[in-house]
Amino acid sequence: MDNNTYTNLVDKIKKGGAEKYHKINSKKNKLFVRERLEKLFDESVDIEDAFFANCMSEGLPADGVVTGIGKVNGMTVCVMANDSTVKAGSWGARTVEKIIRIQETAAKLNVPMLYLVDSAGARITDQVEMFPGRRGAGRIFHNQIKLSGRVPQVCLLFGPSAAGGAYIPAFCDAVIMVDGNASMYLGSPRMAEKVIGEKVTLEEMGGAAMHCSVSGCGDVLAESEEEAIVFARKYLSYFPDNFKKKPAAIPPVHPASFGSSISELIPDHQNAPFDIYELIGRLIDENSFCEIKKLFAPEIVTGFARLEGNVVGIIANQPKVKGGVLFPDSADKAAKFIQLCDAFNIPLLFLVDIPGFMIGTKVERAGIIRHGAKMLAAMSEATVPKISVVIRKAYGAGLYAMAGPAFEPDCTLALPSAQIAVMGPEAAVNAVYANKIAEISEEERPAFIKQKQEEYKADIDIYRLASEMVIDAIIEPDKLRGELVKRYEIYSNKSVTFTERKHGVYPV
Amino acid sequence: MTEIKANMAGSVWKITVKEGERISTGQDIVILESMKMEIPIASEASGQVIKLSVSEGDFVNEGDVLATIE
Repeated sequence: MDNNTYTNLVDKIKKGGAEKYHKINSKKNKLFVRERLEKLFDESVDIEDAFFANCMSEGLPADGVVTGIGKVNGMTVCVMANDSTVKAGSWGARTVEKIIRIQETAAKLNVPMLYLVDSAGARITDQVEMFPGRRGAGRIFHNQIKLSGRVPQVCLLFGPSAAGGAYIPAFCDAVIMVDGNASMYLGSPRMAEKVIGEKVTLEEMGGAAMHCSVSGCGDVLAESEEEAIVFARKYLSYFPDNFKKKPAAIPPVHPASFGSSISELIPDHQNAPFDIYELIGRLIDENSFCEIKKLFAPEIVTGFARLEGNVVGIIANQPKVKGGVLFPDSADKAAKFIQLCDAFNIPLLFLVDIPGFMIGTKVERAGIIRHGAKMLAAMSEATVPKISVVIRKAYGAGLYAMAGPAFEPDCTLALPSAQIAVMGPEAAVNAVYANKIAEISEEERPAFIKQKQEEYKADIDIYRLASEMVIDAIIEPDKLRGELVKRYEIYSNKSVTFTERKHGVYPV
Repeated sequence: MTEIKANMAGSVWKITVKEGERISTGQDIVILESMKMEIPIASEASGQVIKLSVSEGDFVNEGDVLATIE
């Protein structure tokens, strides 16, 4: 092969599939795979292997996937990126082998693995070579599961991830989906109509908006590919390259300025809603919040932030949505986020204002006990520095789920407004004195109830709980940030093993 | 036409709009009481309240229609 042939071939492969497919993609505001990689990396892919994969076949440049290594925010990461201009990004035998090899490289180097997915799924004509065997597509998922918790794995979903391919995002720590283009589904709408008789659109059944707000398979909904890429770069800045390291600190920034203080923000009345984002904003470095699953189960807020430049993972009840009550989906959301933080040495901050887990037929049938137990297990197992702050109330199993004192947090802090109890005063008085309330006359009732509620409140008074050493400290609201900064710095030396065994058996 | 639904089970504590009133997206239309908490339900659409389907004191389940906006 002379030099001329070499150059021509390289140029041809770099261009990907036929021009008409590039045009179709750009009509949908989809970037070419190599443009995506240039935007994602500090420079571009530094090393690319198997560039010539399947070059002896016509029309299959790089066999429809780019695999390589480059730098994001100065950190080395491995990447696989489907090229949807080549047979719709479908997987042939070499496509699969390339993906498996780059995963193996990520494992050897202990660096993050990124998946840029835009693929129609298996190339049926190649199925015997790429589907069932030891190094068939199943090995991709096996490798992902093995890598999980060792190195960060992030999926940027730019197009479809169909059938088996839908498991790539499923095993990633975070999935960023582009609205309108990204989709995940096991069977296409056409297949659903043929096999089960359901008529449904792709967007309804497996679209990005649905997955980010209903199924919880997506974590972040991006309006464009550029936005998805910017988010992925930001997300990675909160992570170390593997589980043995800690996330890097950056120079500290003051919190954003607000018109009012934390003490002015929190309503006196326990039952009145307030916006937890406003509290978070007053605690963390300005512009440092990186929220995960914003649109899914918004009664709990989860996200990364910085406190004096250091990374923390925040799990906060949102009193403004559903009263901050925990539901099956919110428990599930919190459980995965806690696992993610713990895996990569990101300290946890629980901001507690919770009336408890939801009750009633609907949630019992949905298995709220099972999902709640998942959250308790994840929180309990977490060995990173773990601080729980009771803002207003922590009732019932809500106290437990939000890293209550029994679950080895490094400390339980409370604001002076906090109440900790099996249930709130109204519910407790109704439960304990139900017969008595029914017996007395209607005129006597309000005074009796009020008196019993006052007695109950005195019994669960936060100073009493501090006196009993249930909580470790009472903190003035406007000094909370300073207290957290001080404590996380001190706890940063924490090093514990949860317990010795193969692994726990939890209600997954 | 947009139907505003209860996002959780509870009882209707307060209705803060009237039939025929013009409202904007994000405006609270009903406050539920559930789990001893006030649960504001905001409208997802701007327009006119053409129907209120509940009265104060009613029990509603998750997904029940509270009001219709056009």
